[in-house]
Amino acid sequence: MELKFRRNPNYQSLRSEMTDEPFFMDRRKLLATGGALGAGSILGALPACSEPQGAIAAPANASAHPAPGAKLAAKKAAYAVSDTTTVEEAFNGYCNFYEFGTDKDDPADKGFLLKTQPWQIKVEGESDALGNYAVKDLVDFSKLEERVYRHRCVEAWSMVVPWVGVPLSSVIAKLKPKATAKYVQFETLLDKKMMPGTRLPVLDWPYVEGLRMDEAMNELAFIAVGAYGKALLQQNGAPLRTVLPWKYGFKATKSIAKIRFTANEPKTAWNKANANEYGFYSNVNPKVSHPRWSQASERVIGGKGGFNERRNTEMFNGYEKQVASLYAGMDLEKNY
Amino acid sequence: MAHSALLRNFGKHWMKPLTLAALVAPFAYLAVLWILMLTSQPYIMGFDPVKWTHHYLGDTAIRILLVTLAISPIRDITGWAPIVVIRRRIGLAAFFYALLHMLAYVGLDLEWSIPKLWEDILLRTYITLGMLALLAMVPLALTSTNGMIRRLGRKTWDRIHWLIYPLAILAVSHNILMQKTLFQVQPMTHAAILAVLLGWRIARWALKRMKPTEAAA
Repeated sequence: MELKFRRNPNYQSLRSEMTDEPFFMDRRKLLATGGALGAGSILGALPACSEPQGAIAAPANASAHPAPGAKLAAKKAAYAVSDTTTVEEAFNGYCNFYEFGTDKDDPADKGFLLKTQPWQIKVEGESDALGNYAVKDLVDFSKLEERVYRHRCVEAWSMVVPWVGVPLSSVIAKLKPKATAKYVQFETLLDKKMMPGTRLPVLDWPYVEGLRMDEAMNELAFIAVGAYGKALLQQNGAPLRTVLPWKYGFKATKSIAKIRFTANEPKTAWNKANANEYGFYSNVNPKVSHPRWSQASERVIGGKGGFNERRNTEMFNGYEKQVASLYAGMDLEKNY
Repeated sequence: MAHSALLRNFGKHWMKPLTLAALVAPFAYLAVLWILMLTSQPYIMGFDPVKWTHHYLGDTAIRILLVTLAISPIRDITGWAPIVVIRRRIGLAAFFYALLHMLAYVGLDLEWSIPKLWEDILLRTYITLGMLALLAMVPLALTSTNGMIRRLGRKTWDRIHWLIYPLAILAVSHNILMQKTLFQVQPMTHAAILAVLLGWRIARWALKRMKPTEAAA
């Protein structure tokens, strides 16, 4: 995309200090919002960029994690799929993140409001390591890996995304769950100022999701801090989110602010909103229809040519080998 | 009623071609978007052009249907009689957009899978209602020619075309029930407009029954 800039000496010098992506976001929002918001507040909402006056504020703080859009180095992991990777523009432009609004482009339009630095993750419940953590306390940025996973939304569309992050099990290990912890619950940040969608009672905020401990420890369960070789943008759950490729997308938790280990099954957001349509497990299953549509196939979003075809949905989204044993003996029609 | 002579003839000659152009315009716009998508601008309709296309066609169909239903009230209230000559082509356009809406859904979304279509029709209420609405439009479209009016006689023809009322209710219900949450602005606006248009007819009918002499005047 071609962008036009007014020449501003401060900005020109600043530019070299910044990574490309937040700069792009920043300018776009500036142009889009015009005078409606003060420039200062917009810049202020951008993590680790700079002071509005042009003072250079590189994230020198050792505990600071990369700003949205910053380049990340990651080792390629063995997880890959044969289908074409979704174009990055679609990944960042077509999102469900109701904290920013219910339309697919709301998160991309309003995500800039979310300040992801500093960020704190509160650990609660059945754990021997209770307390507050920074992103870098939980995620070892020297061990980032890239995994290309299928992403299947419950709304019958799908993407193929190269995530960057660490296994969820490595994060959980640091948090020392007790033997009494049978489930792990994730909560998205709730901030009515930075997340305008939460001002409406669309869901019972904050967004809560959860997994059985054995699901969370499965090799596929992943904590992403990036995608496409860059730190996650706000619309996709910056600074860190879960990725659970064998489950419908809403089972993942974006912009995690709280992790809680519990003895009982967590009450999750969509399940509370509509238990008939959204179960606790919500594993991808072409044989169990959503009450209002079939789950047998999916529209592929963000192909190179624009036009999106359908593909048949696979059991556990194609990850049967890795996860089927978790549900041995369970009736998956009842435990949808 | 004292309607002006000007209104009695206003638009008699140019109304038909102008209406035709206006009715073709939404389709032409869609065609341009598709050509641009397939050639130079892949995301001009967003990242899910299939969904965008069938929602666009459905919204267009319902809006044109509502315009069809607004013609008689406009004529009766303003006395602008020639407006009635465009009613049939507007109704026919509503049918064509509804048909395209269905074809886009069956073709682009279900990729012509008849078993999938049957499953949707049987299991999903909003699709059942939508299909019934479209089905009810078929006899109206088939009898829309001058010849058919002559052959059937005005009375029979009117009786067949009375179907527009139940089918409009079906179409708007289809629109409301397909949403993720019940109260969304667009389908509720469609429902409100339909309620006014039907309400006006019911009120007029009730008035006629109450004062038969006056209504005959």
